Amino acid sequence: MNAPSAPNDEASLPDGLVWNRRHMLGIEGWSAAEITAVLDLSDRYVEQNRRADKRSTELRGRTIMNLFFEDSTRTRTSFELAGKRLGADVLNMSVGSSSVKKGESLLDTAMTLNAMRPDFLVVRHAQSGAPKLLADKVNCSVLNAGDGTHEHPTQALLDALSIRRRKGRLEGLTVAICGDILHSRVARSNIHLLGTMGAHVRVVGPPTLIPSSIDRMGVEVFTDLDEGLKDADIVMMLRLQSERMNGKFVPSPREYFRFHGLTSERLKVAKPDALIMHPGPMNRGVEIDSEVADDIGRSLILDQVEFGVAVRMACLRLLASTQKQSN
Amino acid sequence: MPAPARLYAKAIQLMPLIAFTNARLLDPASQHDETGTLVAEGGKITAFGAGVAAPEGAQIVDCAGLCLAPGLVDMRVAVGEPGEEQRETILSASRSAAAGGITAFAMLPNTTPVIDGIAGLEFVARRAREAKLVKIFAYGAVTQGAAGRDLAEMGLLAEAGAIGFTDGTNAIGDALTMRRALSYARAFGKVIVQHPEEPSLAAGGQMNEGEISTRLGLSGISRAAEIIMLERDLRLVELTGGRYHAAHLSTAEGVELIRDAKSAGLPVTCDVAPPYFALSEIDIGDYRTFAKLSPPLRTDDDRRALIAGIADGTIDAIASDHAPQDQDAKRVPFAAAAPGVVGLETLLPIALELYHKGAIGLLDLLARMTFAPAKILGLPLGQLKVDAAADLVIFDLDRPWVINADAFRSKSKNSPFDKRPVAGAVVMTVVDGRIVHQS
Repeated sequence: MNAPSAPNDEASLPDGLVWNRRHMLGIEGWSAAEITAVLDLSDRYVEQNRRADKRSTELRGRTIMNLFFEDSTRTRTSFELAGKRLGADVLNMSVGSSSVKKGESLLDTAMTLNAMRPDFLVVRHAQSGAPKLLADKVNCSVLNAGDGTHEHPTQALLDALSIRRRKGRLEGLTVAICGDILHSRVARSNIHLLGTMGAHVRVVGPPTLIPSSIDRMGVEVFTDLDEGLKDADIVMMLRLQSERMNGKFVPSPREYFRFHGLTSERLKVAKPDALIMHPGPMNRGVEIDSEVADDIGRSLILDQVEFGVAVRMACLRLLASTQKQSN
Repeated sequence: MPAPARLYAKAIQLMPLIAFTNARLLDPASQHDETGTLVAEGGKITAFGAGVAAPEGAQIVDCAGLCLAPGLVDMRVAVGEPGEEQRETILSASRSAAAGGITAFAMLPNTTPVIDGIAGLEFVARRAREAKLVKIFAYGAVTQGAAGRDLAEMGLLAEAGAIGFTDGTNAIGDALTMRRALSYARAFGKVIVQHPEEPSLAAGGQMNEGEISTRLGLSGISRAAEIIMLERDLRLVELTGGRYHAAHLSTAEGVELIRDAKSAGLPVTCDVAPPYFALSEIDIGDYRTFAKLSPPLRTDDDRRALIAGIADGTIDAIASDHAPQDQDAKRVPFAAAAPGVVGLETLLPIALELYHKGAIGLLDLLARMTFAPAKILGLPLGQLKVDAAADLVIFDLDRPWVINADAFRSKSKNSPFDKRPVAGAVVMTVVDGRIVHQS
């Protein structure tokens, strides 16, 4: 039923993959070997997901709870599909309508769910560090699906997979992460991941949206888009996160697009084969021009969505292997 | 000018005759350090020194060579009563203070309701009388509701015993309001205590702004928030001649500004709290909410500059900045957590780290927690002196122990110092010649 390459033995990971983490809370501190392990396993799941029968049984009997305190159709659906394709039971807790609205604390909610013995809690929360708070209290694996402006590890992994499948490598590439760096957990996870894998990372944005001391994270900082895009292999656009903003960081979307919006004209200074990425959802005409976003030859935006499912399958599978060990 | 009224009642019964023998008598005000006996009667010190003998019929406390110093005076304590008694009551704060060797503390007006009127002061006085442990003084709010707009009835509050004025945990952000407060308080000889943090720069901030806040994805509070507010306030002090006290400094530049202001002769004082010289932003680690403070913990360079400021006297006082928070306020994501640290029971051991490290002499260190804050508040406390109140702390300078937050008398356990090994332990606390704590 499964392709020969698909890992299906619960007891061990294929090809001597080594995995020791119980939770996935952020990329910071991961080794290149750990990142590579996820990406290699993800490649196999990309193949599985392209078959007519997409289902395997590696996580049969395990329970995944999607606990999204912030709305997200894309990421939640991706995790849901990932779990189902591995044969797990997946529950989506719609937190907005549950006891949290009645004043129950985050920890009480988590402890209640924990008592139902899930194997995974997939958590998205508007506040940085919320998954870490839960991970300290529950006895299942916690997967961070985005916390505040801290990290979004599976997004960085799917971005890396998308790049690696097109460019064949990560090392030595120049990646320009552009836009609202300050409010972006995607940027932070990508900076950690790409830096660890030997890419040259730039951050580009208006000075008010560049976080303090970010150069200390090993990136080059640009406030001029043309300079930041020069000779880039990868252009990663970020969404202007108006909903996280406390007051105005830029005068208007119009002005933002004028100086920081990606157009095909602007892109000319990048490498001729430069690829465009966006974690979505896009604000067309604010940070990215439709012409660029929809350019099939250059845009990785739909690859990112497709590979997101594979990466999340790999993450769940790897975490399941440590659960097995610890039981 | 009326003397500052004390908001506690002396024990009604006759104070016993008591003698503390074989004690290392430490009086920072007179730089007195010798082994001898201290005698108290009627709640007051009647004699002390090497040649003093215990009088006939006195209760004898043999100190076995331990240190005996004036009881600590803590000029910055938040209590949850009235309004948030689950965090701390006046009684639990009194017990906690007594256990920490603190014989007098000044309470911030940030209660519910805010202490911005006589009724609030009278309530505190009554509760302190009932607790009958340590001396409790209260600040009045500078502005109504500590909201930073309209001045509270500072004159009436002063008459009713307010020890000074502050909006406590709120900064007085409006420059004109601050100018008027400084001017107006002069008439009553009272100090204005500021939380020096520019509110618009600090809004929404969770920790010190810098590499760590960027990595953790927490919005930062720039050091400039403190620096700007101090610079502004010092100009207003120059303009008005009002007496100004900057609470819980957190930055190196803040220390520098106060140092310069003092050498320019401005009527300015300041304090620092133990977390700021014992910890830094690194201690936040993976979102430890117990290390969330307002102002935030800063860098290690700031920490060192604060220690230098304590040593050279730029920083007049060390206050606990006691801020009890219950579990619900701390067991939440960092951004949702309330700031603050309980400090009454860790003030002395954490401060003594500075002595043990050789950063400051013992008498000078004790000065920062006794007569220096007393002087800022105009209180005749914090000294070993004949006829002074027999408010004393007896402590073992070197005894090693491990801080255990669960054992705190405070109702709240939010201490970043839990499990920290320290040296120096309170053995006995005496208020008006009466033993209020013994361990």
